[in-house]
Amino acid sequence: MMVTGVTKRISAIKFAMLSPEEVRKMSATKIITADTYDDDGFPIDMGLMDPHLGVIEPGLRCKTCGKKVDECPGHFGHIDLAMPVIHVGYVKEIKKLLQSTCRSCGRLLLTGEQADEYSKERDRMEELTGDSLESSSISAESAKDASSRTSCPHCGAVQLKITLDKPTTFREEGHKLTPKEVRERLERVPDGDLVVLGIDPTVCRPEWMVLTALPVPPVTVRPSITLESGDRSEDDVTHKLVDVLRINQRLRENRDAGAPQLIVEDLWELLQYHVTTYFDNQTSGIPPARHRSGRPLKTLVQRLKGKEGRFRSNLSGKRVNFSARTVISPDPMLSINEVGVPITAARELTVPIRVTERNLALAKEMCARGPTPPGPGYKPGVNYAIRTDGRRIKITDKNAETVAESVEPGYVVERHLVDGDIVLFNRQPSLHRMSIMAHEVRVMPYKTFRFNLCVCPPYNADFDGDEMNLHALQSEEARAEAKVLMRVQEHILSPRFGGPVIGAIHDHITGSFILTHKDSSFSREETMKMLEKVGDLKLPPPSVKTRRAERWSGKQLFSMILPKDLHITFKSSICQKCSMCKKEKCENDAFVVIRNGELLSGTIDEKALGAFKGRILDKLARDYGPDTSRAFIDRATKLAVGAITIRGFTTGIDDEDIPSQARREIEDAMTQAKLKVEEHITAYRNGELEQMPGRSLEETLEVEIMKVLGKARDTAGQIAGRHLGLENSAVIMAKCGARGSMLNLSQMAGAIGQQAVRGERLSRGYWNRTLPHFEQGDLGSEARGFIKNSYKSGLTPTEYFFHSMGGREGLVDTAVRTSRSGYMQRRLINALEDLKVMQDGTVRNTADAIIQFTYGEDRIDPARSVQGDAVDVDDVLLTVLGDKGELIAKIQEKGVVSYGIQDRDIFETPEDAETEEESDFEFGGEEG
Amino acid sequence: MTEEFNVLEHELVPEHHLMPKKEVDKILKEVGLARDQLPRMRLSDPCIRALDAMGSPIEEGMIVKIVRRSETSGMSVCYRLVVRG
Repeated sequence: MMVTGVTKRISAIKFAMLSPEEVRKMSATKIITADTYDDDGFPIDMGLMDPHLGVIEPGLRCKTCGKKVDECPGHFGHIDLAMPVIHVGYVKEIKKLLQSTCRSCGRLLLTGEQADEYSKERDRMEELTGDSLESSSISAESAKDASSRTSCPHCGAVQLKITLDKPTTFREEGHKLTPKEVRERLERVPDGDLVVLGIDPTVCRPEWMVLTALPVPPVTVRPSITLESGDRSEDDVTHKLVDVLRINQRLRENRDAGAPQLIVEDLWELLQYHVTTYFDNQTSGIPPARHRSGRPLKTLVQRLKGKEGRFRSNLSGKRVNFSARTVISPDPMLSINEVGVPITAARELTVPIRVTERNLALAKEMCARGPTPPGPGYKPGVNYAIRTDGRRIKITDKNAETVAESVEPGYVVERHLVDGDIVLFNRQPSLHRMSIMAHEVRVMPYKTFRFNLCVCPPYNADFDGDEMNLHALQSEEARAEAKVLMRVQEHILSPRFGGPVIGAIHDHITGSFILTHKDSSFSREETMKMLEKVGDLKLPPPSVKTRRAERWSGKQLFSMILPKDLHITFKSSICQKCSMCKKEKCENDAFVVIRNGELLSGTIDEKALGAFKGRILDKLARDYGPDTSRAFIDRATKLAVGAITIRGFTTGIDDEDIPSQARREIEDAMTQAKLKVEEHITAYRNGELEQMPGRSLEETLEVEIMKVLGKARDTAGQIAGRHLGLENSAVIMAKCGARGSMLNLSQMAGAIGQQAVRGERLSRGYWNRTLPHFEQGDLGSEARGFIKNSYKSGLTPTEYFFHSMGGREGLVDTAVRTSRSGYMQRRLINALEDLKVMQDGTVRNTADAIIQFTYGEDRIDPARSVQGDAVDVDDVLLTVLGDKGELIAKIQEKGVVSYGIQDRDIFETPEDAETEEESDFEFGGEEG
Repeated sequence: MTEEFNVLEHELVPEHHLMPKKEVDKILKEVGLARDQLPRMRLSDPCIRALDAMGSPIEEGMIVKIVRRSETSGMSVCYRLVVRG
């Protein structure tokens, strides 16, 4: 193998301070004038743009190192300050030092023994753990101990109290200490005492915290820009340095001329202000320095800090090449592993191909096509070629032929994307590892990225205008790694709960319901239409064959795409959860039995195929592996889409139509509920209401009323539900788990019900009433936010108002929750990012220290677990014992029921809450 | 008024065992670790103080074995280094 570069390991990083001598020594020039350029536009010597500080204009050479732009890194200069000033970054340390050392002799305010004790403790600590955090806590302790003394143990001087006037003024019992005095005191502290305080005196003397010389950063750090008008515009840092220089100059002149003390002090303070804001323009306690336009200046600290600072936006995260972003749209004909890339994007994104003797002809051919190969059909061209000497040549339509001829082994040509290339596909926010997955390219016409609908859940994508990013991988190693580890099919099972995250949604579920529910069947023409998309299947004999027609059952068609040895039994989403399950004889066809890859009974819906819940997906991904699962999902998509296309499916407002008889019934129920509420209120007013334990009388009343009204809404829902059967599209969607819920439907057809804020009936607004339409103190159902109308029948003005109040709470909650959980996620990731499971099963950080002795205490990869458990015992039993196993499973099921945890639905987690909310937005609020 | 309560007897506190000095090296070898790679616990930790009150005095540098009930594996063992504090 070729060795490229030497790898070295950093053993330690040491931070120290710059001494004034060092500042002067590293300085290329001293800066004395505040002017930058002279009238001819040339930089002034010893000015802020001195040519010794580096070059920013192309063509010029640096006066210090003689190199050109991009070669010269820039050189520091320095300003000699007329009077010392305090460095804002070190005020805390200065305060600590002043408080813990003697004001007259400068010694640490600890006796020799005490100091020794602390030193010893530090040594012991370092020996034991080598943790710098621990040792810094020891020095903090010793400083605290020392500052509590009132007299010096060495010279006996009485110590005065030092206070800090934010941000940079120190006072001793009210008397102001000038930076000069502070510096003198710090100078007196002996080296030996500094060690106790955790300072290494060989690299860091405390008096350096009071500046006498200010380093001036190279011009490359603060480049000036030339505007279109020809004017120069200087960087904020340069502006600030001009201020410092100007005041420094005036201070020196005044001091040397023997100006009154007052004036000198004022100027000194002004210099302190400018130096402080030069470092940090958001120091609390002083007004930020502003640009002429009123915009606060961006000085050193602002450049580094926060989300837009150097660390988070330029070092941890960067802008990259070979990436694309556009709107996404669905395409059920693509495999889940694929992504449709528009031609325009494919011609911009390139993959470097190393030319060898074997691919020489191909490389030449692609190269000759240039960057815009003519049609018909998509053929990859080349945007750049890299010669053997490393020169990069841009290929244009004009030079394509010539360059193609010169291509020889050793060249690298950057060819356009072609079908089958591996790319990374990503949607923000990238909250989990499935937010970035590897897809295979399919170059397609039009302008959007397209992918299979089953991949929406892991990206949390929809097509209401979402955009996604795509990154073309640039090395064989990266492509191989992405293909093995990041391909969509490798992520069907989520590491979050060990179930599928990739699976059917919406129409896909409705489609499979239509295909398989009860004895749905299809004519030869329909069957062929469906199967032609799926492809590669042999048509079985029709399930029904009469003289006139032959029909294929949906269950039969679905069985065709199942592996031939699949056994599984479970209950569908449409299951009514009857107390006595009739198993295979279920009249809702909700008991799914698959034997030898044949769907014997049951309906295929969300519980079978759905993302998060799909049992078949779960089983396939676990037992048959990613390839089989991918093939199944691809085919199921096409079959389901075929089925729903043939039958046709629509929903509209008439889906919520109920007979007028039912309407009257609902109205009656509402009136009765209202009367009952009034009864409760009268009982309360008369003091006849029986108080509930642990509740006040008012609370009891509220609970009773909520109960009555809750029941009223349910009754309305039930009445409406009687007239909403499975012939109704909206009901099909709700029952099979495609979209919406029965609650949403009953709110549309029956009644919306009680609106609530913070889980209570509405009560705020006006004095003792919610709206001026009601009497003060009215506790009745209508006055406190009960909506007896349905979304379809329409709301009264007061009801509409109440509904808005309830809806507002939901919106506020979402807004608050997203920002809070985003910050939580950030902190969690920062804490966990460098943890790693080692070969020996331990979890360790980068320091190789143990975080967990055994990963998860059981070494189980949650993505390979069965909903969190290492082994699915029931499944093993069923596989080994066959039908006998079923008997045992039945017995076990009974056992589990008695513990009351039969429906261990771990999927009822935020994910579901979210979908619920989305539907909330579409269908209106739900309360309960 | 308040009765002394031994935290080690609380059901939510896992078992703590002080490892004899002789065994420490053996254990470290067994898990293949140096002292400074172990997770730490402070001398001021209530469990350490309870252990200390029960028997021999505990110094920094000693190792405590903690056996806890685990949701995932039934039982799990880990070791901690006692440090100052």
